[in-house]
Amino acid sequence: MTTKFTPDHEYIRVEGSTGIVGITNYAQEALGDIVFVELPSVGKVLKKGDEAAVVESVKAASEIYAPVAGTVTEVNEALSSEPGLINADPEAGGWIYKIAISNAGELDGLLDAAGYADLTK
Amino acid sequence: MRYLPHSDHERAEMLGVIGAADIDALFSAVPKSALKSFDLGLPAHSPEFLVEAHMRALAGKNRAGADGPFFVGAGAYRHHVPATVDHLIQRSEWLTAYTPYQPEISQGTLQMLFEFQTQVAKLTGMDVANASMYDGSTGTAEAVLMARRLTRRNKIVLSGGLHPHYRDVVRAYLKDDADLQCLSASPEGQGDILDHIDEQTAAIVIQTPDFYGHLRNLKVAADAAHAKGALLIVVITEVVSLGLLEAPGAYGADIVVAEGQSIGNALNFGGPYLGLMATRKEFIRQMPGRLCGETVDAEGQRGFVLTLSTREQHIRREKATSNICTNSGLCALAFSIHMALLGEAGFTRLARLNHERACKLADALAAVPGVTLLNKSFFNEMTIRVAKPAVEVVEALAARGILAGVPASRLEPDDQNTANLIILAATELTTDADIAALCAALAEELQ
Amino acid sequence: MSMNNQGRPTGTGTSSFAASTGSALLPNEPLLFEIGDTEHSGVDLPDVSISTSRLGGFERKMQLDLAGLTEPEAMRHYVRLSRLNHSIDSGMYPLGSCTMKHNPRLNEKMARLPGFADIHPLQPVSTVQGALELMEQLSHWLMTLTNTAAVALTPKAGAHGELLGMMAIKAAQDAAGQAHRRIVLVPESAHGTNPATAAFLGYTVKAIPARDDGTVDVQAVKDALSSDVAAIMLTNPNTCGLFEPQVIEIAEAVHAAGAFFYCDGANFNAIMGVVRPGDLGIDAMHINLHKTFSTPHGGGGPGAGPVVLSKALAPFAPVPFVRKGDNGLELVEHAEGDALGRITAFQGQMGMYVRALTYMLSHGGDGLAQAAQDAVLNANYIKARLAHAFSVPFGDYPTMHEALFDDSFLAGTGVTTLDFAKALIDEGFHPMTMYFPLVVHGAMLIEPTESESKQTLDHFCAVMEELAADAKAGNAARFTSAPLKAPRRRLDETRAARSPILKWERVEELPQAAE
Repeated sequence: MTTKFTPDHEYIRVEGSTGIVGITNYAQEALGDIVFVELPSVGKVLKKGDEAAVVESVKAASEIYAPVAGTVTEVNEALSSEPGLINADPEAGGWIYKIAISNAGELDGLLDAAGYADLTK
Repeated sequence: MRYLPHSDHERAEMLGVIGAADIDALFSAVPKSALKSFDLGLPAHSPEFLVEAHMRALAGKNRAGADGPFFVGAGAYRHHVPATVDHLIQRSEWLTAYTPYQPEISQGTLQMLFEFQTQVAKLTGMDVANASMYDGSTGTAEAVLMARRLTRRNKIVLSGGLHPHYRDVVRAYLKDDADLQCLSASPEGQGDILDHIDEQTAAIVIQTPDFYGHLRNLKVAADAAHAKGALLIVVITEVVSLGLLEAPGAYGADIVVAEGQSIGNALNFGGPYLGLMATRKEFIRQMPGRLCGETVDAEGQRGFVLTLSTREQHIRREKATSNICTNSGLCALAFSIHMALLGEAGFTRLARLNHERACKLADALAAVPGVTLLNKSFFNEMTIRVAKPAVEVVEALAARGILAGVPASRLEPDDQNTANLIILAATELTTDADIAALCAALAEELQ
Repeated sequence: MSMNNQGRPTGTGTSSFAASTGSALLPNEPLLFEIGDTEHSGVDLPDVSISTSRLGGFERKMQLDLAGLTEPEAMRHYVRLSRLNHSIDSGMYPLGSCTMKHNPRLNEKMARLPGFADIHPLQPVSTVQGALELMEQLSHWLMTLTNTAAVALTPKAGAHGELLGMMAIKAAQDAAGQAHRRIVLVPESAHGTNPATAAFLGYTVKAIPARDDGTVDVQAVKDALSSDVAAIMLTNPNTCGLFEPQVIEIAEAVHAAGAFFYCDGANFNAIMGVVRPGDLGIDAMHINLHKTFSTPHGGGGPGAGPVVLSKALAPFAPVPFVRKGDNGLELVEHAEGDALGRITAFQGQMGMYVRALTYMLSHGGDGLAQAAQDAVLNANYIKARLAHAFSVPFGDYPTMHEALFDDSFLAGTGVTTLDFAKALIDEGFHPMTMYFPLVVHGAMLIEPTESESKQTLDHFCAVMEELAADAKAGNAARFTSAPLKAPRRRLDETRAARSPILKWERVEELPQAAE
């Protein structure tokens, strides 16, 4: 199991051929209290960089882009009633959607934990 | 100049603090060729009494509604506005405040908007309403766009009973759009809109009472639209009708747009007016316009804020739900005060009085030789067919001091079927004497 | 992912009207629905009966549950509510980019003359010649002040005017076989309505970066121009309060590339009567009558946003418009040729036209120029007085009608721009515009307008200096807890957005649970 990051502050935790996508702790702190999450529909086919979801805080709306190409297999329905889960626990209970990765090679182009840490210093 | 506080002495003193030689030094970024390089040729500043005389002279060249019998409607209605309304909206704290971006010092405006939203939701029978749109016509265009976002479909069908200006605004907003179907004018209240609904249809748009005064069956329309996964947008240009007619929400409307001018707002030659917009709870995030919501302050006291503003252009920029920025705040205040003064009891009485006046007008018109009344049903407005071109008849009656209504061809010049049609409205201000004068003059003109 | 971090209130209390306090002259006021009911009414109307109704069987069967108040109750409700608002008439309102100037009451009086207020938009044109003449006169003033060829009066507000202006540009390019132009250039500092408008019309927005001095680089515009660019949307004076010094070169480059120049005229107050935008090469510009020409803001509208058009765009103006005919003035209500059609029912915001023309006649050409120069003088005075205590982002240039500061002077104090603004409320001022323009960190945009006296400006500057000194002295609590003296403390916006309560609902009394 490995976690990769985008410069746009999304993470993707890879479990076999599935990726679990959310926003980083750094991102949730910067956004502040999340009040609404627009989830993708299951079965949606995404190219790398496509808009997959939207998270809204009181003052900002931010698009969540697909870190890699694939098909959405599951979404975190709990966020519909409790968007604050992203603030409380962004990388576990606050995950946003799961994606069946179509090209694992794209993961190599993403940042690793150290690289992302450098970016947000 | 009475509005400018500085004396020349103060101006010089301030330039000294700034360290500028003269006022032009502050405009140093302006290209020399463009700075004060012209003579405007406009008149110089003027005392209040002279400005007032100028404006009164212009106003004097217009015929006011109160000057004689008046039957003009077709989307704007002449109702009585209580003196209290106009007094209150001229209070400094309402008139000269801005959009309530600082809620701690804008609770008056915010609470009023919350009350307004509640009134509109109740009137329309819908879950939620926004804090107003520019007017009914632009609100209709916004509703059409909202329906497209909600359904992710493109086809829009406009009823032939929709106000032609509203149709034209939707056309301009959806320029060159092959998915927009505008049905031809239906002055007899006929409608084939249900035949046009298919699996690509985002929404059908139906006005009731329609442009020609007929009441439309919303239940049938809602069921037919929903059967194909389409939405029903209901448009109302005479909001007083909701005092007697079942609310569109009760029939299954998905979005309701109304022109709110009739309550609290004068005719004003067409503006400013206010658009009402209400919808189902699950559609809130696709609804354009400002929304006010209840919350608490740091001490737990109830208070109100603008909310869900991430839908709006100042945050979402090119991803906003619409480019609307200003709403129609002061007109919404006038609406809300007038509606609070009426209350359910007064509003119902007002609507009944309007309908009673219209029934009297309809019966009187039907008895005039050469006049055919087209309406089986109506609220306070109806269409007649006359034996001569309607424009000429209306002009001739205006020359006799009677504003007899709107020739339908003024709004539908390309439709030959409308050439002899006049649309007339009655309100609580219409007297028996007005009706008698109209019918007598009409009979003479049609001889 | 883009982000934008701001301080937030974190109230945790529960909603309770009974717990509310309020002071002697600022009582808390219940909701209309808590004091009124469906029986009360403040309007006397005869209760008529109808023998045969013609409602087609669509009579209402459900109750509306609309609360009513008698006249004295309504008067008190709305007067009390009004006292919870800050307004121009009660204190300085230096909200940048909003031009909160004095609203003369002569305007209101004139708008209420029956010859203007009690005329119907569809009554015969022969009976409204004075209204059409007024529209002509207003058009003349607007075209003269901007040196342009035409004006479309009907847009309902600034953003609506922008939409119309860009529609006209699109129509002109479609007519010229240039429909492939799909890109609109928008500087990063632009107001959010600009990219929203361009996107609404299906254009792709391309951002133009700002230079270090806050203005647009003509070279950056030239580099972005191509045969696919339809227009540039430029605000001038720009949102940083600066006049774009290279605006003429930008216009020439844009025209040379076959594109149009849309100017956002939100800041026209700085230059009216002093600079004519037509001389700068603009093709379309909206003018906010509710900013520049003093029609009241009314708690958020109604606005009015007429658009002036260059000769190239004039044929694409929307209906309706006024023209001279054989029998006096005519109202052209139906599009001819390539014109745009209609963007609103009827004739636009007549009530605002009356107020704006009244304001123009009162000022005259000389007074408008003086007002613009005083607005610029006031902004520069504030900037000069405060430069030592605040941080100025773009160096020592003269500003136009707004003074812009960033938040670097607050570094290390624990006080944010938002906190600072809220503290200003406790001193009796409406806060400045915050966090806009986005190109400046923690922006504070102050627009005093020409309406403020030197005495008021001196008082404002003294308060601002004292607050800055206090923030730097470490008294963060005064700011983070502010406002303390307003009718409400900071409001919980997170709570409002997470579970929106958008209307009042009757709460059913719950039976007491047995212990």
